[in-house]
Amino acid sequence: MSLVEVSDLSISFGDVRAVDGLSFSLEAGGALGVVGESGSGKSASAYALLGLHRGTGAKVSGSIRVAGVDVSAADDAELRALRGAKAAMVFQDPLSSLDPYYAVGDQIAEVYRVHNRASRRAARARAVEVLDRVGIPDAARRSRSRPHEFSGGMRQRALIAMALACEPQLLIADEPTTALDVTVQAQILDLLHDLRRETGMGLLLVTHDVGVAAESVDEVLVMQSGRAVERGPVGEVLVAPREPYTKALLSAVPRVTEPRVPSDTAADDGEVLVEADGVRQVFGRGKSALAAVDGVSLTVRRGETLGVVGESGSGKTTLGRMLVGLLEPTEGRLTRDARVQMVFQDPVSSLNPRRSIGESVADPLRASGQRDGAAIRARVRDLLARVGLDPDSYDRYPHEFSGGQRQRVGIARALAAEPELIVCDEAVSALDVTTQAQVTALLAELQRELGLALVFIAHDLAVVRQVSDRVAVMRQGRIVEEGEVDQVYGDPQDPYTKQLLAAVPALDPALAAVRRAARKELAAA
Amino acid sequence: MSQVLPAEGAGAVEAPAPGAHPFWRRLRARRSALVAAAIVALLVLAALAAPLLAGIEGQDPTTYHPDLVDSASGGVPIGSFGGISAEHWLGVEPLTGRDLFARIVYGARVSLGVALGATLLQVIIGVGIGLAAGLGNRFVDQALSRITDVVVALPVMVTALGALAVVPTSFPRPVLIAVIIGLVGWSGTSKIVRAQTLSLKSRDHVAAARLSGWGSWQIARRELLPALAAPVITYAVLLFPSNIVVEAALSFLGVGIKPPTPSWGQMLSDADTWYQAAPTYLLIPALLLFVTVLALTVLGEGVRTALDPRAESRLRIGTGRKKEADA
Amino acid sequence: MKWFLLRRLGGALFVLLALSVVVYAAFYVAPGNVAQIACGPRCSPAQVAQVSEQLHLGDPLYTQYWHFLQGLFAGRDYSTGTGVLHCQAPCLGLSYQSDQQVTELILAKLPATASLAVGAFVLWMLLGVGTGLLSVWRRGRLTERVLTWITLAGMATPVFVIGLLLIIVLVTALQILPFPDYVPLTEDPEQWAWNLLLPWISLALVSAAPYARMTRASMMETLAEDHVRTFRAYGVGERALVGRHALRGALAPVIALGALDIGSMFGGAVLTESLFGIPGVGRELVDAVKHVDLPVVVGLVLVTGFFVVLANAVADILQAMADRRVVLA
Repeated sequence: MSLVEVSDLSISFGDVRAVDGLSFSLEAGGALGVVGESGSGKSASAYALLGLHRGTGAKVSGSIRVAGVDVSAADDAELRALRGAKAAMVFQDPLSSLDPYYAVGDQIAEVYRVHNRASRRAARARAVEVLDRVGIPDAARRSRSRPHEFSGGMRQRALIAMALACEPQLLIADEPTTALDVTVQAQILDLLHDLRRETGMGLLLVTHDVGVAAESVDEVLVMQSGRAVERGPVGEVLVAPREPYTKALLSAVPRVTEPRVPSDTAADDGEVLVEADGVRQVFGRGKSALAAVDGVSLTVRRGETLGVVGESGSGKTTLGRMLVGLLEPTEGRLTRDARVQMVFQDPVSSLNPRRSIGESVADPLRASGQRDGAAIRARVRDLLARVGLDPDSYDRYPHEFSGGQRQRVGIARALAAEPELIVCDEAVSALDVTTQAQVTALLAELQRELGLALVFIAHDLAVVRQVSDRVAVMRQGRIVEEGEVDQVYGDPQDPYTKQLLAAVPALDPALAAVRRAARKELAAA
Repeated sequence: MSQVLPAEGAGAVEAPAPGAHPFWRRLRARRSALVAAAIVALLVLAALAAPLLAGIEGQDPTTYHPDLVDSASGGVPIGSFGGISAEHWLGVEPLTGRDLFARIVYGARVSLGVALGATLLQVIIGVGIGLAAGLGNRFVDQALSRITDVVVALPVMVTALGALAVVPTSFPRPVLIAVIIGLVGWSGTSKIVRAQTLSLKSRDHVAAARLSGWGSWQIARRELLPALAAPVITYAVLLFPSNIVVEAALSFLGVGIKPPTPSWGQMLSDADTWYQAAPTYLLIPALLLFVTVLALTVLGEGVRTALDPRAESRLRIGTGRKKEADA
Repeated sequence: MKWFLLRRLGGALFVLLALSVVVYAAFYVAPGNVAQIACGPRCSPAQVAQVSEQLHLGDPLYTQYWHFLQGLFAGRDYSTGTGVLHCQAPCLGLSYQSDQQVTELILAKLPATASLAVGAFVLWMLLGVGTGLLSVWRRGRLTERVLTWITLAGMATPVFVIGLLLIIVLVTALQILPFPDYVPLTEDPEQWAWNLLLPWISLALVSAAPYARMTRASMMETLAEDHVRTFRAYGVGERALVGRHALRGALAPVIALGALDIGSMFGGAVLTESLFGIPGVGRELVDAVKHVDLPVVVGLVLVTGFFVVLANAVADILQAMADRRVVLA
């Protein structure tokens, strides 16, 4: 009997059919990756395995068997006995997934005592044991800390420890590394890999990131709009996909190993648009002062794309805000000889929900003193068409658009001011890969056509490589390495850059194994 | 009702704007809010049309009718249920024989009017101070927040009592009470507005507006004020009934509205000693006060959930300190 | 944590000072002859002159305030013409109408107010949190709807209305409880409690409603959070989810509001005390206002402010202890 057997599973939320006739199985000890873009129904399916839709108003049909339990027929007590003991789940956001008020060790002990007859003391001991196993240093002491005292990676380790506590046969991981930095992601994936080999538990990994799946599973299931598109061994599906959707998905994934097609607009002798000389930005004062950007010097020339990569907290967003003038540097000199605009990360908060998108795009026009309503409308229509939106959508509101469309609106608004430089702050990181590819293509096209300079800020090393001429790697407010993009990626000099590049998941499972070994070596060195 | 919704992928982003249409649709969908709105509308109409209504009844709120009270028993109204009759719909006041219905509808004018004035004042001051603190630099914010702290330390009831002690009696009481409640009761509004402004200010669409070249005033008008309307209206609808109660309480204590001007609290104060001999005299204003405050509270609930269905508990009664802690 | 404490208490001290300036200025710059108002309507011109002298009313306002502040922290002396009257710190001034020191007058009234506040506090916390907990536990059922409406009704009923109704029902009609006649705790604990029962119940009934709503709202909010989903996905039962995880999350704001409410109540539960004739600080204030006894009014407003500021600081500190993230923010 298989560990997981799902047949003809359908899930609807109200009128929306999130999962539509899905069937798959997972053998004991196997690892299956469920890959898909947002809205593909992959998370909803994973939740159904533990019966978590029960009582939420979602309609679930079809049959689900997990570790011998018929989930759809089980009563509440049987379901509780399954959850955590036979199948455990690891969630996306490790901070919000733990109770902020209780010590981490107590939370694990609580779960352990639900499923085992054990004294408080024995449960605490078990908690320390699993925390130690997942690599929490000084586990006995740290088990008394509350979640906010842990870093993001440590929290995810703690959550994995909770999953391990009752020695489940199946681990369900729902986007377990999406909220983490790339170096931490690599550590967590390596940990999952080791644990699986050691305990022989099955793994169901839900992810939007094809690279994460390539690193961790034996088989993949590609989902689109609630249906399974393609299923097979990871080496086959990701290397030689058969279905058109899988092919499109894979071709949209930016690859960190592939050299970029050189742009024709960049020139070394281009006119300097923005120059920063030792700029610093300090937040807070006195003891709590923190230099988010700590002495950065760079130049941006007409027509070129400068990529800025770094992990969270590296100061890259603060730098971007200084470049466009939203923040004044605390120290240092910043000269700006060009009209600059910005495209923001969050497609939700970057547009005023109460104003039509046409009005938002018209803002720079009105602010510059234009009064002729008809002319403004005509210009906005042109801009909307230029970024690939329907010109007639002037009077529609942001919530009627998808994330990718909203980013296009943001680009149109930036273009309205006729900028020479656009700073893109994580402009594509909230988007699915296919949308991401379309938006980066649009930016490249606009750059060619208008001779724009771009500063492309992102945490995703692969995306940055695909769009940039030059790249600057940031860490703790400083630039640790800067240079031509192929040179930095092909032959990194700084140890941190090396570490970052080694952590990026590879799309080819064979390569992933090699790189995992290399990471271990790098860590040991 | 437990919520377990899958967070799909990294880019799950849907946040429909609270536009005009959904608001009215959601408000209409709540039957309790509709009933409450009808009651409030009826009360406001009655207050506005007080002279007309009293005219129809053929009475006025100040004429004494000594013939309708039994002077032998100390002034108990003659007849059953406090002297209810075709001429006096709700009976008459003990001792004086003034018409109760007329006093009730005229009293509604005072009670609702004072509360309305006080609420408007609280909202205007609160929005002004909160907006200035949220938009101003560190120094302005610090100064205004400290001032707010001082005002918080002045409880409305106690301060109003104190202030009423020193202001000359020649000053018109209803106006005075509205002004005092307004001047010491704005701290809740200002705290909410400040917290909201700070959180809005950090949104990217405000940064985009700055990059578009708008000045501070235009940004406040275009990007901030429309978004502040929802929380402020919600809070104001809840302030209004609590102001009615404060006025009633002051008048009940005998330091608010002075006779012969009627207000519900003042009538309750007079009725305090008559509850055994003439219970309707006490029960009518008490019931009206209860119904009014309940209707306004229910309406406030409806407005809140209609404006923002997800914010079951966003506006905590009291200080909004949780919000600040999170910010 | 230490710095947070110091900063919070420093802020409270500053607010208190600012408050004393505002209150002093507001009352002693009142129109009319301040000395005459403070002394009372029956004072002779000679007495008024003496009061004016004692309060330094001839001097500029800041000097007057300085003397007042000195009295607060170090005590002050009043010349009575024939001798000197010493008023110990914290000296809030003299009540000329009742011929007493304001501080002593207030201290004499505090026990009754404290008795009322503490007893009612215990009752309304139990009632409020209990109701909130029950309505979450029975969510989606009839019980929840009924409790929600009862709570709304509680919010809509002023304490003097419910008090009057309780008097009519419990005292006059059923004669279960006596009309309160305050007996100090030190004299007879049983009579103390028996006589305060009615005021306690009245106050608790109306005060509990906001707590019930807040408890319910906070718990519902917590139940929708990710970490509750985690424990549900690990087989933890509904009882533990509500009683352990959701309640814990709701506790911090409830405790903070409780500290605030009881703080301001120490400044006098004005309405309850007046209605039931409890000789506390609040009734003293109403009397002082009716007689325009200016020094007593100023003293009482300041004392109330002191308790509110103190309660605010305590509430913040309690909340910080309950939720360490506040300190880090």
